[in-house]
Amino acid sequence: MELKTGEAGIVVTRFDDLMNWARLSSMWPMGFGIACCAIEMMSTFASGYDLDRFGIMVRPSPRQSDVMIIAGTVTFKMADRIRRLYEQMPEPRYVISMGSCSNCGGPYWQHGYHVVKGVERIIPVDVYVPGCPPRPEALIGAFLKLQEKIKTESVIEPSLLRNWSSKRTIHQAATTNV
Amino acid sequence: MSKQSFSDIVAIIKSHQGGESIVSLKEDLKQPQAIIRTSQLESVARVLWETPSLYFDTLSCLTALDNGEKEGTIEVIYHLYSIPYEHSFILKVVVPRGDEKNLPQVPSLCGIWKTANWHEREAFDMYGIHFTGHPDLRRILLPSDWEGYPLRKDYKEQETYHGIKVAY
Repeated sequence: MELKTGEAGIVVTRFDDLMNWARLSSMWPMGFGIACCAIEMMSTFASGYDLDRFGIMVRPSPRQSDVMIIAGTVTFKMADRIRRLYEQMPEPRYVISMGSCSNCGGPYWQHGYHVVKGVERIIPVDVYVPGCPPRPEALIGAFLKLQEKIKTESVIEPSLLRNWSSKRTIHQAATTNV
Repeated sequence: MSKQSFSDIVAIIKSHQGGESIVSLKEDLKQPQAIIRTSQLESVARVLWETPSLYFDTLSCLTALDNGEKEGTIEVIYHLYSIPYEHSFILKVVVPRGDEKNLPQVPSLCGIWKTANWHEREAFDMYGIHFTGHPDLRRILLPSDWEGYPLRKDYKEQETYHGIKVAY
C-alpha cells in the first residue's frame, strides 16, 4: 500500500485515542445471567444478532472480562456474589444494568423483601437498559452507548494531571521570583 | 383394588388410629380436608402410606398458611396422592403461631416421604415452623443469616442486609 501511494506506514494519533479504540473494539462481557433477561442476552450473543461483529465475545471468567451485564433480578443472596465477581474483574471494568429488575427492583420494588432495589446499590453502573426484558436491539444499543463513553476516557488519572499542573505553576512562580 | 372416596379414607384412619386422631373434617369443600391432631400426625401418615388399600406413595405438596395474629394459628397442609389407585387426600395440622424464640413444632414426615425434606425446609424458611425429627432443617431459599420468616403476616423487612438498604 505504502509503495503504491508513496506514503510511509505510519499513523499519527493520540495515545488516548489508540487505547480507547482498542478497548471499545473488544468489550468482552462475562458469561453471567441471573434471570429471564439472560434469555434475551443469550439470543443477542447468538448468530441472529451476532455481537462478534462488535468484537464482543463472552468470556467464561470475570478475570478475562471487561463488561459485566447484570441480566436479571438481583437478590440479597446474590448481591454478595455479584460484588465478589465485580471485584475479580480487571480494570477498566464496565457494568451494564439490563432490565427493570436490576435498574430499580422492577416488579419487586414494593413487596420484594429479598430483592436489591437496583444493582447500583452494590456496584457502579455505566449504562442502564430499560425494558422487561429489553429486546436484543436495546442491549446492542447499550453496548453502543458504552462505546461512546469509552471514547471520552483518558488513561491519565485526573489527580495526576492536577498535581502536574499545580507543580508547574509553583515552578513558574519560583522562576519569576528569581 | 379401587379408588377410595374421602369418607372411606377417613373411616380407615379412624379404624386404625381411633376417632380422636381427627380434629375435624371439611367435607363440603371441592377438595375435602381432614384436620389431624398434631401429636398423631406421624402415625396417621404412616397408616395412609402402609395400608394396602390406600397406598399413598406420593406427597404431592406440603405447604403452610399463616392465619394471622388474630387467629393465632399456623396450618401445615399435606396433599397426598396414590399413583396406582389415582386417589388423593388432604391432611392439615393447625398449631399455635408461637414467636421467634418459640417456634411452632410439627413432626417431620421425612421418614415416610422423602419429598417432605425440602418442602419442610421451605416451610421452615418462610413460616418458621420447626419440624421435629427433620434430618437437616436449614433455610433452603434465603441466605442462612436472614432474620425473620417472610411469609408470616407480621413480617417486617430488615432495614439493611449486609450494608445494603432493603426498602425501595
